[in-house]
Amino acid sequence: MTPVIHEIMRTSAAANPLVPATADLVWSAVVFAILLVFFWFKVLPNFKKNIDARTEAIEGRLALAEKAQAEAAAKTANIEADQAASRQERAEIINAARAEAAQVSVEITEAARLNAERMIETAKKQIEADTQSAVIALRAEVGSLALELASSVVKNNLKEDKSASAIVDGFLADLEKEGK
Amino acid sequence: MLSTLTLLSAVLKPVAEGEGGFEAPTINEFYPEVVAFGGTPLELNRIMLIRLLVTGLLILVFWLWSNRFRKSTQTGQFVPGRFQMFGEMSLNFVRKSIAHEQLGEKDGDRFLPLLTTIFFIVLGMNITGIIPGLNIAGTSVIGLPLILALAAYVTFIYAGVRKHGLRFFKNALFPAGVPAPFYILVTPIEFLSTFILRPVTLALRLMMNMIAGHLLLVLCFSATQYFFFNSEGIFKTFGVGTFTFGFVFTLFEMLVAFLQAYVFTLLTTVYIQLSLADEH
Repeated sequence: MTPVIHEIMRTSAAANPLVPATADLVWSAVVFAILLVFFWFKVLPNFKKNIDARTEAIEGRLALAEKAQAEAAAKTANIEADQAASRQERAEIINAARAEAAQVSVEITEAARLNAERMIETAKKQIEADTQSAVIALRAEVGSLALELASSVVKNNLKEDKSASAIVDGFLADLEKEGK
Repeated sequence: MLSTLTLLSAVLKPVAEGEGGFEAPTINEFYPEVVAFGGTPLELNRIMLIRLLVTGLLILVFWLWSNRFRKSTQTGQFVPGRFQMFGEMSLNFVRKSIAHEQLGEKDGDRFLPLLTTIFFIVLGMNITGIIPGLNIAGTSVIGLPLILALAAYVTFIYAGVRKHGLRFFKNALFPAGVPAPFYILVTPIEFLSTFILRPVTLALRLMMNMIAGHLLLVLCFSATQYFFFNSEGIFKTFGVGTFTFGFVFTLFEMLVAFLQAYVFTLLTTVYIQLSLADEH
């Protein structure tokens, strides 16, 4: 590069690039001062605040997320415990119901059996009583029939006294035999 | 690169001397005519106007970013958009990659305003060298590099004195572990390198890079202009070559603009770090 610059400087007017002009220095200082103040008191504080706030926010949110996760885990555990408890309860209820049903069924069967026996018993007694009353009624009827017959026989055969009493006796004896 | 340049100037020299159409760029490029306040300390020329323009643009862009940061803080809306992300990247480049890297978080943040200002001034002023219509870097005249170097100089001395008191100068000029007689030799060298050469090299490195870059571009493009429109026959084809050079150097200047901003800021940081260090 040097030969070119040397050549250029040789041919050019006497301006020396190493000696600053006053206006050059003044404007340079102004520009530098403005930008230094601007960066120092405006840009960098805002930038730093933003970065710090973001870091804080990220850390805060991470903590929140962790907390939420722990809560969710606890909830899940609770739900699972609840589920286990309700399963247990269900099983217990079903078992109890089964036992009760068995018990009830035994009781019902027993009651029915007893009922049936009682009804049979009652029916037997009724039948016996009916038979008894029927025998009594029949006997009474047979008695009256016999008396009727006897009276008619008496009316018709009053003249033949002997034979009439013999017929009555025979009739009664037959009736007795048949009744037994 | 050096050889091609020598070649280029060798080719151009006879042409320039022979014909009347070609004018090689001179150092007067950097002393354009005064446009306002002539003769006063506020004399304005094109380069000063470019500096003011860049200052305005920097303030505009960073004002928007700054407001975005503030809004984000206030609303608690912390997911940055593309625009905000770009601002953060820019500021974090200086903050993290330069300041925190060299000085640690605490001291890095302490000196961050100066470092950020230096970086964005240098970058903004350098890049105008390749912006069409501006075409010259705001840092290509000694004033601004000098002021920035002065700020760096004052700051690293302040940092040292603040931390070590007057022992800072003793440590800097009389390094420990050197036998006493050698101080006759060592002390002037240390004085020269620390208190003279540091600011001078900071300012000159930046300015000379920008001057060289600008002259190269002017040389390439005015030669292209000359070859295409003022030369005859085979010389016209030379224009393609000079244009290509110009194009490549334009891209190169982008890199230089960024690199010089980085180097200036990094060296300032390193000087501060050396002042803060316990032993020199």
